[in-house]
Amino acid sequence: MLGLEKLFGGDDTNALKMDEPHPESLLDTGAQDVIGKPLDRIDGPLKVAGRATYAAEYDLDNVAYGFLVGSTVGKGKVVDLHAEIAKAVPGVIDVITDYKTFLRNPGQGGETKSPTQGVESVDYWGEPVAIVVGESYEAARDGAYRLQQAIDFETKEGRYNLDAYRDEAKTPPPGVIPPDYKQGDVEKALAEAAVTLDATYDTPSQNSAAMELHASIASWDEDGRLTIHGAYQMPSSDRQQLADALGLSKDKVRIIARYVGGGFGSKLGIAPESVAAAVAAKTLGRPVKAVMARQQVFDATVRRSDTEQRVRLGADADGRITAIAHETLGSNLPGEGFFEPTGASTHFVYPGENRLITHRVVELDRLLSGSMRAPGEAVGMLATESAMDELADKIGMDPIELRRRNEPEQDPQKQVPFSTRQVVPALDKGAELFGWDKRKGVAEDRRGEWFHGLGVATAARSNVLQPSAAKVTIDGQGRAIVETDMTDIGTGTYTILAQITAEILGLPIEVVTVHLGDTDAPPGAGSGGSWGAGSSGSSVYLACEALRKQVADKMGVAAETMTMKDGRVIADNRSVPLAELVGDGMSATGEIKPGKQEKETTQASYGAHFVEVAVNAVTGEVRVVRMLGVFAGGRILNEKTARSQCIGGMVFGIGGALTEEIVHDPRNGRVANRDLAEYHVPANADVPQIEVHFLPERDVHANPIHAKGLGELGISGAGAAIANAIHNAVGVRVRSFPITLDKLLDGLPPV
Amino acid sequence: MRSFTYARADTAEQAVRDNDADGCVFIAGGTNLLDLMKLQVETPEKLVDISRLPLAEIEEREDGGLTIGALVPNSDLAADRRVIEKYEVLSRALLAGASGQLRNKASTGGNLLQRTRCYYFYDLASPCNKREPGTGCSAMGGFNRVLAVLGTSEHCIATHPSDMAVAMRALDATVVTLKKDGDKRRISIHDFYRLPGDTPHIETVLEPGELITHVELPAPVEGARHVYRKVRDRASYAFALVSVAGVVTVEDGRIAHAALAFGGLGPMPWRDDAVEAALVGQAPSDAAFGAAADALFRDAQGYGHNDFKIPLARRTLIATLRELTAE
Repeated sequence: MLGLEKLFGGDDTNALKMDEPHPESLLDTGAQDVIGKPLDRIDGPLKVAGRATYAAEYDLDNVAYGFLVGSTVGKGKVVDLHAEIAKAVPGVIDVITDYKTFLRNPGQGGETKSPTQGVESVDYWGEPVAIVVGESYEAARDGAYRLQQAIDFETKEGRYNLDAYRDEAKTPPPGVIPPDYKQGDVEKALAEAAVTLDATYDTPSQNSAAMELHASIASWDEDGRLTIHGAYQMPSSDRQQLADALGLSKDKVRIIARYVGGGFGSKLGIAPESVAAAVAAKTLGRPVKAVMARQQVFDATVRRSDTEQRVRLGADADGRITAIAHETLGSNLPGEGFFEPTGASTHFVYPGENRLITHRVVELDRLLSGSMRAPGEAVGMLATESAMDELADKIGMDPIELRRRNEPEQDPQKQVPFSTRQVVPALDKGAELFGWDKRKGVAEDRRGEWFHGLGVATAARSNVLQPSAAKVTIDGQGRAIVETDMTDIGTGTYTILAQITAEILGLPIEVVTVHLGDTDAPPGAGSGGSWGAGSSGSSVYLACEALRKQVADKMGVAAETMTMKDGRVIADNRSVPLAELVGDGMSATGEIKPGKQEKETTQASYGAHFVEVAVNAVTGEVRVVRMLGVFAGGRILNEKTARSQCIGGMVFGIGGALTEEIVHDPRNGRVANRDLAEYHVPANADVPQIEVHFLPERDVHANPIHAKGLGELGISGAGAAIANAIHNAVGVRVRSFPITLDKLLDGLPPV
Repeated sequence: MRSFTYARADTAEQAVRDNDADGCVFIAGGTNLLDLMKLQVETPEKLVDISRLPLAEIEEREDGGLTIGALVPNSDLAADRRVIEKYEVLSRALLAGASGQLRNKASTGGNLLQRTRCYYFYDLASPCNKREPGTGCSAMGGFNRVLAVLGTSEHCIATHPSDMAVAMRALDATVVTLKKDGDKRRISIHDFYRLPGDTPHIETVLEPGELITHVELPAPVEGARHVYRKVRDRASYAFALVSVAGVVTVEDGRIAHAALAFGGLGPMPWRDDAVEAALVGQAPSDAAFGAAADALFRDAQGYGHNDFKIPLARRTLIATLRELTAE
């Protein structure tokens, strides 16, 4: 993953490696009383007024427009490009390709090497093989479509179906988790168990479907330095991917990504338009803006892998789990190391002496699979949390009670303590707020044409701390400026970093300015894996802590005895305006990096999902009536943006359970439903009343701000709660996601 | 999008005059055409903009019917008091389609002429007889979940995506046009659409350059109950898997009038006399409803992924008939 950058920024660097717990936090002793408050996003007015500049919106002088040309075979080779076809279109400047340099596929998050390069041989349908550059977007697009029809491809036999090649599945190299884990004797334990469950679930490929299309504007300066205005989640490592792809040192690449219109994993690594734009800009000697069309985002960025998951559970007569097996299958392009870590949460959520968690990958000639919001948990918990519901059914036990009886005292594999864990409190609080006691038996709540049902699931998502750096400056007027190349992909980063700064330095939030998304600033963690707030927030914390010491020195007091509030410094019976103490200004850099704490404790955010659905007895249409989530993710830095994160995750859960599915054409792997009319994310009418409640928590093992990830917690388990509610409503257990109405029809009563 | 020339017409007569060559297309709301042009599925050489023609009125006729200008936006038509009161099925169908923004732009005439949402029609790299005659049908061996089970041919299994047109069929609408030679024509909606056969690219009986100016609705059926039921994959902004438009009267315990049209099942908004023949004169009963469904699907053919549409539509039809005939 992300390598720690060299020390960066001002002379005063405050570095912390999380080797020890960090019980004291300045956020608990700050006097400004701004941390945790549900403040509006400080970038909100810019966004609603259209003044937040997204990647494609920069207007550079003399810019040319590039449009990618995708392959029209699933596997093969470019024989003849026929560039003249596109060049004949008025307004087209050139057709540019570089078979060796262009990206075959996007990069994975945190990688510092180039993604796989080379596009003369085609490995999936839609692989970009060239870019047409024009004086206008329309001319470039016209040229690209005409060219696409004219290219001669040699077609080779490809592999497009997971089912057909399951026997050739391979064990992937270790990823965020090892591919295999074994403990005890699962087969024996299952044979001896009083109750067992053996069920196989499948989930389809999915697309992140971020609102903002992937886009890069490439421009080169006279010194051979490349600047990319782009849509990226992790500029620090993305610049290294770009530099490696283009044969540059990383200092020769600058990424600017101040506002990002959603990523959900799809912008963790660089995408094919970036290198194509850079090569084209170099060739033409002018900036090139390349924006992928929505269809190209579906064709050639990154998908969540389809999965097949066999879950076996063994329990004693009281429901205590003795064996867990979670054997999973995913797919990816040949030669790619990434595998969907489907069993990620299976490692620690439930106990059981005997454990088997495996991952296999089938190599297919379909677009890259990679991380999409909550890689692992999002699809893995669809299966495991459905399985828990099925097990509860078999035992005849309330599913909450089953989970209560399987609350482990410590990590069941590593035998280390959980840093914090509030699954049972979340289940209890949710049950009370939701009215779980009113749940009826299977198919017992029919209201006219609609069956109603309630479902529950546990939420869990691993917490990750990433190396992150930030510089904070107090200027001569006593205002604070935060600088890091961390991003805000709609999450609220701008706002929470300002709140942390304001709390520690005792400033009104209005005088804190946050600059994000520019690799000329210290390298931040980037946005991914729910680590953004905890990691970049901690780096800002450390910078502010150092500034407090500098201010205390100026004041001639010990920092611990000093209060900072409303722009004043109070200590030693004095109250002095901050601006008077700082002279021309002062700055400090904070650096956080992970340490022994992540091994000595198991860190995750937890919660519980409650769902009521209505299922139409005639048509099988499913409508989510209400959802309620109770979550514990350490300190809540901003209750409003945190709530939005959780709601967004829960909406993703609706999509995963009911609507979202990339369909690959069985003949060529092509994505058949490649726009937002046919790839169904939940529309407003699909999203019901959603309630989010937070449990108070501090995690002193996670980081100095005591906050953990929330961005992916809301999705983890949410879809299973829907599936479980559907079962409660109509008595049909669908193990193939999404649960579209055709899968329910056979189980409905006759009309 | 390819370059095109553009002419703006102020009168219907001028519009048909301006539509003077092959590759000439009228544009009103553009909610479908512009998407298709961006993807180069449609590549007109000339657009004749009819959006400013004075055809945005809804008028009552002496015979009790309504004459709807071709440019009446879908949202206005859905909200018209006369439509809500006398042609409820039409209002409901309109509101079941698209989104608020699209309905504000989409016109009555244009809605009738929507192109299919077949996945392969939209992709230039996939063979499609509708888009490029003679290249083949990719949907048959490919992914066809949303496609047709009635009225298909070996050349095309596309569905017509409109909700409005389904209601129009149940209401026996008439399409009024102006031809290039200045003649006006009145075409029953039942004769307006063509089955795909071996020419799936020709979807209606309109001649080149013929302009829809109005849609006429006959006087409403007295005492009829109206239902539009749309079944789809999400609660809004999705095309129908199956939809049923029903206009039914029951007199003295027997079905006196039944008009039933279907969306999502065929290459055109579907209506079948045999379905109604199985109902008219019968007392409402599950047996009669089942017979109607049997009639509807006597020649149905699924193509794999869309097989479920047959049982789904059967169930939906029966439930809709119950609702239409409930005491």
